[in-house]
Amino acid sequence: MSYLSNNAQYVPTGFRKLIYLNWPIIALIFAVSAAGFVMLYSVAGGSATPWMEPQVKRFALGMVLMIGVGMVPIWFWRNMAGLAYGFSIMLLLAVEFFGTVGMGAQRWIDLGFMRLQPSELTKITLVMFLAAYYDWLPTHKTSHPLWVALPVGLILFPTALVLGQPDLGTALLLLLGGATVMFIAGVHWAYFATVFGAGVATIFAVFQSRGTDWQLLKDYQFRRIDTFLDPSNDPLGAGYHITQAKIALGSGGMTGRGFMQGTQSSLDFLPEKHTDFIFTTLAEEFGFIGAVGLLGLYMLIILFCLASAMTNKDRFAALLTMGIAMSFFLFFAVNMAMVTGMAPVVGVPLPLVSYGGSAMLVLLVAFGLVQSAHVHKPR
Amino acid sequence: MSSRTVSRRALIVGAAQLGIAGGLGWRLQSMQVEQADQFRLLAEENRINIRLLPPARGLIFDRNGIPLAENEQNYRVVMVREEAGDVDEVLNRLTQIVDLDPDVIARAKEEMYRRSPFVPVIIADRLAWEDVAAINVNAPALSGITAEVGLSRHYPYGGDVGHVVGYVGPVSDYDLSRIDDKDPLLQIPKFQIGKTGVENKMEAMLRGSAGTKRIEVNALGRVMRELDRKEGEPGKDIQLGLDERLQSYAQARMDGESAGAVVIDLETGDLRAIASAPSFDPNMFVRGISVKDWTDLNENKYRPLAAKAIQGTYPPGSTFKMVTALAALEAGVIGPEETVYCPGYTNVSGTRFHCWKRAGHGNINFHESLKQSCDCYYYEVSQRVGIDKIAEMARLLGLGVRHDLPLSAVAEGLAPDRAWKQDVRGESWRIGDTVNASIGQGYVLASPMQLAVMTARLSTGRMVTPRLIKSIDGVEQPSGIGDPLPINENWLRRTRQSMDAVVNHTRGTAHRSAIVADGMAMAGKTGTSQVRRITAEERARGVTRNEDLPWERRDHALFVSYAPVENPKFAISVVVEHGGGGSTAAAPIARDILLQALYDGPPPLEAYPSVDRARIADQQKRIEERIATVHQGSAPA
Repeated sequence: MSYLSNNAQYVPTGFRKLIYLNWPIIALIFAVSAAGFVMLYSVAGGSATPWMEPQVKRFALGMVLMIGVGMVPIWFWRNMAGLAYGFSIMLLLAVEFFGTVGMGAQRWIDLGFMRLQPSELTKITLVMFLAAYYDWLPTHKTSHPLWVALPVGLILFPTALVLGQPDLGTALLLLLGGATVMFIAGVHWAYFATVFGAGVATIFAVFQSRGTDWQLLKDYQFRRIDTFLDPSNDPLGAGYHITQAKIALGSGGMTGRGFMQGTQSSLDFLPEKHTDFIFTTLAEEFGFIGAVGLLGLYMLIILFCLASAMTNKDRFAALLTMGIAMSFFLFFAVNMAMVTGMAPVVGVPLPLVSYGGSAMLVLLVAFGLVQSAHVHKPR
Repeated sequence: MSSRTVSRRALIVGAAQLGIAGGLGWRLQSMQVEQADQFRLLAEENRINIRLLPPARGLIFDRNGIPLAENEQNYRVVMVREEAGDVDEVLNRLTQIVDLDPDVIARAKEEMYRRSPFVPVIIADRLAWEDVAAINVNAPALSGITAEVGLSRHYPYGGDVGHVVGYVGPVSDYDLSRIDDKDPLLQIPKFQIGKTGVENKMEAMLRGSAGTKRIEVNALGRVMRELDRKEGEPGKDIQLGLDERLQSYAQARMDGESAGAVVIDLETGDLRAIASAPSFDPNMFVRGISVKDWTDLNENKYRPLAAKAIQGTYPPGSTFKMVTALAALEAGVIGPEETVYCPGYTNVSGTRFHCWKRAGHGNINFHESLKQSCDCYYYEVSQRVGIDKIAEMARLLGLGVRHDLPLSAVAEGLAPDRAWKQDVRGESWRIGDTVNASIGQGYVLASPMQLAVMTARLSTGRMVTPRLIKSIDGVEQPSGIGDPLPINENWLRRTRQSMDAVVNHTRGTAHRSAIVADGMAMAGKTGTSQVRRITAEERARGVTRNEDLPWERRDHALFVSYAPVENPKFAISVVVEHGGGGSTAAAPIARDILLQALYDGPPPLEAYPSVDRARIADQQKRIEERIATVHQGSAPA
């Protein structure tokens, strides 16, 4: 199917496109990012440096990029999908060989002005390429084993590379993001059921492999799982982060301790308080109302994306929007589950809120794609 | 169709996302609303630490306000293993900044690994201010290390008061197991508690109570700020009845001997001096005694660690004769002028008991018997009165009873009687035991402290109880002068007259040690107690002279006395272990110390008989020099 077959009656051109941007999403992104700025200000002890100021600058740059990407016709992006995917795979391979080792994991490429995390980029390009693939693939072939095997390979290759970095969190996100696109594209239920069964078996195998020479996960990954299963086991060791995060979060109560009043975060009880664990500070200072408020904002973004996708007759645009929305959803859901003690600590930042350059930029570019899909919707 | 599929599957995905979001919301609700209080509590615990503020230990003064135990500020380095990260690296850096003994470092490291990682361990004590400054400047490189100001105990007069004041030391596991004390202060590592002497016995008063401060800490345990502080109660200051200058003099005077002396103030019962020679510097124990010093103290045959004045017990010898005589006079078994014939020995149920004077004293009455220290007189009267009455009199005069003093190992001594021998030895009392006891030999044992109390009671005729603590936090303690003794005053007066004669009559045994100054004359009684049995063969051969015997087999020399004769102010007892004769070894010491007490400082040479003056002048100079050296030695580090 091509874009033209949608029989578009009206497509905005030039600056008129600005009117057709999905403004509610832009407003929501502003709101969420602003919450992030406030939190970064707070965890720095009431200072714009070292985190809030660079974050605001990157956000500004990201917004420009988002709108820029949004103005570019969606068919251009569909044509670029294969190239983008190939590029990100190359980057992943590059980190494998030239990447900088940071935090015990090989994840970054130092570009001089910023450190690019190719795995972040891959989350988007994978979704993009899969959307393009299903747009190109005739629908009756969707569930054909051969045509299922191909996208599975497209997903597993970068996933394996990311897992090797090692970055369990991102690998999971890639897997789930890709699977979501396949699911929405209409791949037969049976495949998912099979994979689910196989997944359960794999988890079993992973646990069985522990301590043998064909061990499937690193020791620290096993320890993280142990700690997740019972944080009280080792409250000052590996379980420390989870325990402290839960204390901070729980002690926030209904209305929180108030802006800048979070004792747990200002006293350094919290680990990674400006990145992965920033949600605990927010929950401590603004309480249940603040935490659920943020969750609500995130869900509104998801719902607007869903609405945009469901009203979009262009298959690529719809799949891309849903895929990006899912990636975004997985981002914050995994992070929140992690800090509330419902998921193991896997090192996933809170999207748009956590301090971090490449994650922010990549996300905003992704939302640029969502905007492009929305603006160039066949009407 | 395709678009419918997309829509349907998209809706499913959307619904799943909503469901998960709902789960997250529910989780937040349960943690932040339902369990909020619980987490709030945990957060408080996370945030607030309670630290104990050790109170300043009470000071110990002498009767004139001279500090005997004081608190000295010192700087020390403390390290918390948990905060240090790489312990070896941090210690390595520390040694580059401060010059520290590798042994000290090794010991501190061992201590650190023995204790919980968060317990602060003292690495080094008594640092110079420059070192502290250097540590503070380099604080960023020395994580886990802090320089603190602490108080440590210091005894400015060192060995002069070591046996009395005692010393403090870090609380040990043994201490904790032995004492039932819930004071949280004892949980502070290396908290100093009194180990011996007044420091130990008055621990409850001196320690004070802990203050607390609540501090906010971060996850690393670093103190962010102090929330509030409740000051503790500092320990109470204790003033002893001791006279530091007299004590120092007595210690110096007995230097070179193994001896004990006790001076009692007859107006208050205050113990003016409790001297035991040789002594030790208690500061050594506070700083941590070296193995060499410890071995030296323990292997010294003069036993410097023993407080002979308090815990040493000796056969009192002839100083016990007042007890025997008073028991007999009270019982009416002999009149004061009644004479007993002394042929130089007495036969008692087949055993011959000798008088010290082989030729005998002839007919002798009470007064002369005490003045000349005739033994036969007492052999005779003791048989008439019986041991039980003698023991009763001994206890009335303070012998064989433990005086309640806040000192370590206060000796009970022994005033033996029939019941005692039956209970303890399982044997019946023999008449020979009585005869032996009558002259302070055999089973009779007394400490210099008890002999001083006896003398104090004889000279005042009152129930004098020795008083060590003069006041606590300025509150005067009850006087030690009690009711008149239940003894006929007439017999007491006659006893004093005889004791006067012992010193001041030309034929008295201690005449050579008389005081000649007006109104300062002293009265007393000599004693020489055997530590060995003199066998019949030895006696036949001629008794070996003391000087020819090895030190530890020589007789103990004793002297008890009081002065002035007319209006007694001080009573004293002196025991010189294996010193030989009481008149030659003990009486001169007693006289010198008494004069020092009577004149409240060095006495004029005119107080001494003219023949002695040149020698005494020399001796005074020597003693002054010695006092100066001792005091310098224990000056603050």
